Amino acid sequence: MESDVLLRKTFEVHGLDFDKAGETSAEVKAILSDIGMDPDIILRAGVVTFEAEMNVVMYAARATVIFTLTEEDLSIEVVDDGPGIPDIELALQEGYSTASDEMREMGFGYGMGLPNIKKTSDRFELGSEVGKGTRLLSVIHLNAK
Amino acid sequence: MSAEPETSMSLAAIRDLLECEVLACPELLGTEISTVVAADGMSVVLTALCRRAFLVTGLANIQAVRTAHVADLAAILFVRGVRPNEKTIDHARQRSIAILATRLGMFDCCGILRNQGLRGVT
Repeated sequence: MESDVLLRKTFEVHGLDFDKAGETSAEVKAILSDIGMDPDIILRAGVVTFEAEMNVVMYAARATVIFTLTEEDLSIEVVDDGPGIPDIELALQEGYSTASDEMREMGFGYGMGLPNIKKTSDRFELGSEVGKGTRLLSVIHLNAK
Repeated sequence: MSAEPETSMSLAAIRDLLECEVLACPELLGTEISTVVAADGMSVVLTALCRRAFLVTGLANIQAVRTAHVADLAAILFVRGVRPNEKTIDHARQRSIAILATRLGMFDCCGILRNQGLRGVT
């Protein structure tokens, strides 16, 4: 049974907007700091959100980021309308990337984002349909790890 | 676990040692640094998490500052003479992240800091 939601906030992230990429993670970090969350949890939530935002900015036109906090955990769900991921297993291999030079010049696209999100999460789900988009869910337990 | 004792240096000492210009937050020069992460790829930085670490990078754009903020890093050193634009410097000021810049290359900076006893994030 789902535990009571203490806080839920939805953000829109726009693709190709490299300049603003990272604003959602900064806002998530500020929200968690304001409520006195453990710094390690804030750090992990920030990393997950930031990496997910960069993926959206690099590959999708736009995405919705839904941030949910309960007594037990914090979840970050990202749903985009990008081209989709044909081979999820391959995309989760460290070092595998389809990024352009422009993306790498921004400091991203080294094939570490998705593996890092997975590593930083206590629960991780990634689903995608080519031509339709991708859904990523990262859950961080508040009293574990 | 390493038996090596933890060594720290102030940002002011790093500035002097690496002949840096201070581009943002000179009021933070007393901050003590003991750990360094050096990379141009920001995902590398986000993989090697160590709060209050010192970022050494040649990536002089706003994403370096955003990464430092998310990863809770203390300061950024831009190497090999690259300079961020004013917007990026402002962004760092707003988030209390000190910015140093040096003409030295990344290899030399890392070698010098390592010789002083600072450690990498492994």
